[in-house]
Amino acid sequence: MIRLNINGQDREIDVDPDTPLLWVLRDELGMTGTKYGCGIAACGACTVHLDGMAVRSCQTMASDAEGMSIVTIEGVDGKAAKAVQDAWRELEVPQCGYCQSGQILAATALLAETPKPSDEDIDMAMSGNVCRCATYTRIRAAIHRAAETMEG
Amino acid sequence: MFHVMKRLQEAAARPTRRNFLKMSAVAAGGLVVGSRLTLPGAALAEGAAAEDAFTPFIRISPDGLVTVLNKHLDMGQGNATGLATLVAEELDASPEQMRAEFAPADVERYKNLAFGMQGTGGSTAIANSFEQYRKAGATARAMLVAAAAKAWGVPAGEITVSGGTLSHSSGKSGTFGEFAEAAAKMEAPAEVTLKSPDQWVYIGKSFPRLDVPNKTVGAPNTYGMDVQRENMLVAVLTRPLAFGGKVKSFNADAAKAVKGVVDVIEVPGHGVAVLATSTWPAIKGREALEIEWDEAGAETRSSDALFAEYRELAETAGPVFRNDGDAEAAIAGAATVVEQVFEFPYLAHGMMEPMVLTIHVEGDRATLWYPSQFQTVDQQTAATVLGIPVQNVTINTLYGGGSFGRRTSPDARHIVEAASIAKIWGKSQPIKLVYTREDDTRAGYYRPMGVHKVRAGLDADGNLVGWHHRIVQQSLMSGTFMEQFMVHDGIDETSVEGVKDASYAIPAFHAELHSPKVGVPVLWWRSVGHTQTGYVVEAMMDKAARAAGVDPLEFRRRHLSQPSGIAERDKDNARKLGVLDKVAQMSGWSGSQNGERFRGIAVHKSFNTYVAEVAEVSRREDGTFKIENVWCAVDCGVAVNPDNVKAQMEGGIGYGLAAVLFSEITLTDGHVDQLNFDTYRPLRIEEMPKVEVEVLASAEAPSGAGEPGTPPVGPAVANTILAATGELPAVLPLTKAGLA
Repeated sequence: MIRLNINGQDREIDVDPDTPLLWVLRDELGMTGTKYGCGIAACGACTVHLDGMAVRSCQTMASDAEGMSIVTIEGVDGKAAKAVQDAWRELEVPQCGYCQSGQILAATALLAETPKPSDEDIDMAMSGNVCRCATYTRIRAAIHRAAETMEG
Repeated sequence: MFHVMKRLQEAAARPTRRNFLKMSAVAAGGLVVGSRLTLPGAALAEGAAAEDAFTPFIRISPDGLVTVLNKHLDMGQGNATGLATLVAEELDASPEQMRAEFAPADVERYKNLAFGMQGTGGSTAIANSFEQYRKAGATARAMLVAAAAKAWGVPAGEITVSGGTLSHSSGKSGTFGEFAEAAAKMEAPAEVTLKSPDQWVYIGKSFPRLDVPNKTVGAPNTYGMDVQRENMLVAVLTRPLAFGGKVKSFNADAAKAVKGVVDVIEVPGHGVAVLATSTWPAIKGREALEIEWDEAGAETRSSDALFAEYRELAETAGPVFRNDGDAEAAIAGAATVVEQVFEFPYLAHGMMEPMVLTIHVEGDRATLWYPSQFQTVDQQTAATVLGIPVQNVTINTLYGGGSFGRRTSPDARHIVEAASIAKIWGKSQPIKLVYTREDDTRAGYYRPMGVHKVRAGLDADGNLVGWHHRIVQQSLMSGTFMEQFMVHDGIDETSVEGVKDASYAIPAFHAELHSPKVGVPVLWWRSVGHTQTGYVVEAMMDKAARAAGVDPLEFRRRHLSQPSGIAERDKDNARKLGVLDKVAQMSGWSGSQNGERFRGIAVHKSFNTYVAEVAEVSRREDGTFKIENVWCAVDCGVAVNPDNVKAQMEGGIGYGLAAVLFSEITLTDGHVDQLNFDTYRPLRIEEMPKVEVEVLASAEAPSGAGEPGTPPVGPAVANTILAATGELPAVLPLTKAGLA
């Protein structure tokens, strides 16, 4: 039995300890907002927050996340998250949208750490999040927009 | 792929073709389109909910929500919103009350008018729906007005509608919801008058994307990968390593020992499937599977060997698909001759959501949940595999996490696989067939690899006098049910689009196509033949311009400005000039060099849309190029949602850049070398240039936006490198020559 704290709730899950957090979220808990894209931490679609850090849940064993605070797209909240999600809607960032949960969590973690990021900061923080629809120009613009609204 | 659709439509009108009938019996019978868009209220009396009554495309519920049934798949192109915009426009609804849902598989009601079957492709979603969905909106509006007129005892002509509210000068007013039930019982008008463009409130202006809110909160049940059903099993299928390989033997002991694995079954002709209670055990179980493959009869050539064969073929004559004047003589007599051989690799689509499909077979009925892009073929395929009536196959379409062409294929392999697994398993239990990224990358259905050889002759004044073009490329259509419509005298139209209709003024133009048989399954990829043909034509134009010592923009203008005597070609050229001039103005074009940076320009028409792009690059110390800026001008006729057209251009540019810079699928002894995004390299945010897009105002009928942004970016970048190095990059991706 593995004990996880997800979006502020304690959960007990009966899976092998080597099960990636991604599949615990999606298949055991039905939280499908976190996406499977590659399974090798090469695309970022599965990004979640572990104690506020953006990590790839496909390469995080569920047992390694015990005792940490896990936040997913379903539960992400707070000033930065709200600014990011609002900016994403305002600039209509998503196309197919499949990678956007991961993009939003990566952007939120960036803004929580660096409230006024430069283009270089954005490129650095978001490089691990692939978007095959190539919504990158809007992702960049939306992060700047979110930074503005957080200031105001 | 517009002409693909056109030919399919023609084919559908000739129902004697047995094969076609077999694939889409209902489609062929239902070709009469647009004559009756609406269902009379009376026909819905039998227990049908009032909210279902407004044409096959609209539901209005008592709470006032207007749901538009999207007959297409939205995989990111935004057609769900596009179609809702058309309805809202004529219905005089407010954006806030609009919703979008995918229509069920029903070819009679929901066929794509461009090709007579229900399916999405060729950038046709808006083009073929433009009148249909506006008429549906106008019809529903008339029925609402009629109901209000009856209730208020006033003439219908005195009622106005705005923002979802019906009003009368007497002060009476009501919402759509209040009148939905009564309106549903009204006779639908036989004729409706559509607004004129000057009356448009939403079309050509702005309308909020309906799918964006859900896509920013990770909403459940959005994508095929999200499907979860009671008692569902997850299947992963091990496919042969070489295309055409077969299972010789397998040992499933270790796989079955994995906790959560339920069974391991052979799926004849497809491979070995591991069935598990959830995804991770299925993946783990598959890793423990031992399979011996039989590769006798499989395609075991390497891509290097295939390229060598293609290059040899490119030196020999092949079937001719264009022959204006005597190109050989023109080139022989030319003052200057330029020549180039181009090589294009296989490309995977690499959409973010791998292929996935959930199927539940219950007796002689089957229900499918997935992003269906070709409902008519998929439905027929599932019925055939399962041996059940086609009408017993229900398709629930979900949003696609990208597609770029991958989710529609004439042989519907993913449907065959899932239905075969369900049939062999035999229990009435939902089964979700999941492709891992590795499965997705090596499953085939690639953009075909190809070799082009071009020779072009210029006269002493620097004008093109002759063009000789030879293409070597595997046919997309050969061997599929579409072959008879798309392959004529050995010419697959999808291999030659973009060359066959190249519209520059060149007095002598000769073009040939070789279509070698290769056992690698190939498929349309964003913009189909145009990423190869557009690259070759537009890169050759720059090479010729350079030989002529003329600015590349000026060189294009020259060859687009001469009347050809062919009306269609002159119109093409006028619209190409329109986007070229716009992009030149946007970028402040003053030549191929801009300080330390280099510039390239390209223009291409695909799917009836005209796009010109200028790329600007800088060179890094290691000799590779960084794409700094791309300017893009697009003429797609009426742009229903201009911001969405911009988004499609931005995305099309990024998608095309990834391919040109980094992406290739290679084969070693028939085995695919790339498995995941570490080796099949996607474009990342730091590699995305700044992009500026302008959508030209146009009164022409709307054409596509999903694909046409992609073809010009490759040659625009190639031409920057020609400007910087004097050498045209002719072997893709650019990483191969250390250029990216």
